[in-house]
Amino acid sequence: MTEAIRPEMLEKLVLEAMPDAKVKVRCYSGDDHFEMEVISPAFEGKSRIAQHKMVYAALGDNMRAAVHALALKTSAS
Amino acid sequence: MSTVLEQIDGVVKGNDVVLFMKGTPQMPQCGFSQQVVAILNSYGIPYAAVNVLLDPAIRQGIKDYADWPTIPQLYIQGEFMGGCDIVNEMHANGELETMLKPFQNKENA
Repeated sequence: MTEAIRPEMLEKLVLEAMPDAKVKVRCYSGDDHFEMEVISPAFEGKSRIAQHKMVYAALGDNMRAAVHALALKTSAS
Repeated sequence: MSTVLEQIDGVVKGNDVVLFMKGTPQMPQCGFSQQVVAILNSYGIPYAAVNVLLDPAIRQGIKDYADWPTIPQLYIQGEFMGGCDIVNEMHANGELETMLKPFQNKENA
């Protein structure tokens, strides 16, 4: 059983990949349903899909293993 | 036998609106898929639905096809729109209505 992921760990992963981002993340049900908002100038001019892909890339394998459900909201400012 | 990606490409390009989901529109098997089905149904448009739970190759293949790690996935006229979050945002800001309008009184041929 993969070790449960805590919201702060997800925030840390995103900040490692996107140091200038502002991240709000919380667990909204059980221990694998997360809600995350990421605001970063790095998203400027990128499609929503590209923005979400950047966050998924930052989360990496954690995304598949322990995060069953991630409701994601991204914006440039 | 064509590869999974070719089969997926055929479905995506062969239908105006396609939803890859867990379960069926009548019986969604996941909250996110259920949300997207409810949104699509609110527009009263015909759409194709692919139950990825029936075939693990499709379930993984669609993630490779769109380079997107989750299900559901919505496609309109061959273009990947996004998953539940993005479809919700597009529904809220009117983008989805604009894109689905052409199909609103067109029965599935």
